[in-house]
Amino acid sequence: MIRFDSVSKFYASNSRPALNDVSIEILKGEFVFLVGASGSGKSSFLRLVLKEERPSKGRIHVLGQDLGSIPNRKVPFFRRNIGVVFQDFRLLPNKTVFDNVAFTLQVIGKSKGFIQEAVPDTLKMVGLASKTARYPHELSGGEQQRVAIARAIVNKPAILLADEPTGNLDPSTSQGIMTLLERINSGGTTVVMATHDAGIVDQMQRRVVELSAGQVMRDEREGGYVTAAVPVQEFSLGGTGVVR
Amino acid sequence: MRWSLIWREVGQGLARNLSMVVSVVLVTFISLTFVGAAILLQFQVNQMKGFWYDRAEVAVYLCSPVSLGTCNQAEASQEQKDAVQAQLQSETLAPYVESFEFENHDQAYTRFQEQFEGNAVADLVTPDLLSEAFWVKLADPDDAELLHDSLSSLAGVESVVDQRSYLDQIFSVLNAASITAVAIAVLMLVAAVLLIATTIRLSAFSRRRELSIMRLVGASNRFIQTPFVLEGVLAALLGSVLAGAAIVGIVYFFVQGYLSSTLTTISFISVDDALIVVPILLGIGALLAAASANVAISRYLRV
Repeated sequence: MIRFDSVSKFYASNSRPALNDVSIEILKGEFVFLVGASGSGKSSFLRLVLKEERPSKGRIHVLGQDLGSIPNRKVPFFRRNIGVVFQDFRLLPNKTVFDNVAFTLQVIGKSKGFIQEAVPDTLKMVGLASKTARYPHELSGGEQQRVAIARAIVNKPAILLADEPTGNLDPSTSQGIMTLLERINSGGTTVVMATHDAGIVDQMQRRVVELSAGQVMRDEREGGYVTAAVPVQEFSLGGTGVVR
Repeated sequence: MRWSLIWREVGQGLARNLSMVVSVVLVTFISLTFVGAAILLQFQVNQMKGFWYDRAEVAVYLCSPVSLGTCNQAEASQEQKDAVQAQLQSETLAPYVESFEFENHDQAYTRFQEQFEGNAVADLVTPDLLSEAFWVKLADPDDAELLHDSLSSLAGVESVVDQRSYLDQIFSVLNAASITAVAIAVLMLVAAVLLIATTIRLSAFSRRRELSIMRLVGASNRFIQTPFVLEGVLAALLGSVLAGAAIVGIVYFFVQGYLSSTLTTISFISVDDALIVVPILLGIGALLAAASANVAISRYLRV
């Protein structure tokens, strides 16, 4: 489903790589937590999967396609198979809940009939069937995130990427969002979720990939947020080897 | 579905940036009016060339008592006139000469009186002051140089003048006006292109949330860029239509309505010529707008 072969990513402004020689494989139907400190490379990982960035080194395969060989003008069609959810929801403030979700289908050229069927179905699934005519500012944070999730899955993507989807929500609301993501996952959608929320990771007992300074520190099935093993931290001394 | 959505986006974009759109319309209007005026001036020059070059003749002026230079203020003798006529009829020149006629002092005087009727100089001139001349019509007006070479050295010939040299001065003035119009038009078009690009960037910036979501969910590049290109093209087309109307109006009211009735001897361009220019202006306007809008929006399409 997603395969990284020795992928490194350097940004021009930073001499330290965002991802350093990462090799990982995520299978169809898996639920994967991506954990690690800020700047550990979680977001870079998700952006690479979405082909918003190119790897500096290595190869990435997503959905059986080599991302390096997809021409720019085909990238939009590739993205239709991937849903994305963000910490800050990114809803359109001047559109209703229904229109926010329908917008996704409109801009990829789906028919009116299809939209009239798919959008209410999806909104019902995320539990917002009664709030289709509301505007985002009339909803709570948890409800807004549900709209964002509905928008991400309305086109039935094979992969759902979530970048700290519970980052702005209180614990009980987060719990509801996780239940929803779990239900989406049980429908066969691969879910990759970057998070800082230790409670959720510990409770879910799913696959956990920990990144630190761009490297995979551990990859555990049914793992928790913190591992029992002593974490190995790498320090760079800037090449001089002298510590004052 | 798709197109109704795109047109709605276009309408929203135009309404949101109304002041910028108005300025784009005005700048394209003015610049394309100059382009149209330059094209019309060229039409006018060509039309006058066609009209006058056919009628232009070469004048072989003979010496008169007031002629200076080689003539020594002596009237050309009958032998000298015969020599010029013989030269014109000779085998070397005959193929180039379509016809010629001799104009004596009295005929020249009559023509002069007609041309300068009402002018004070008409009262001062007497027939003997005006040169006699052979008026030569050439088969090909471009061969005037040939006639000049073979006749101007003959005794009794004061000068050989190609009438086209008078016309060329008029044409060079018209050409200069046309080049000036083109230069102004080019400057204005550069401004128009930059303005369109800025307008489109503003429009894209005000819709950046929608754009980022469109890119995220996989809207095709063409779908994203079409509303913006249409926005630029519509604004520019509106300006082009105004410019076309201005060009037709200028020809109809000023050239045909005023100039033609005032200067009856000159043939002027007609409204038909102006109607040829209109689609050219529309094409230039639409093409430039589409190109600059495309370039402006491309930075929002990078993946």
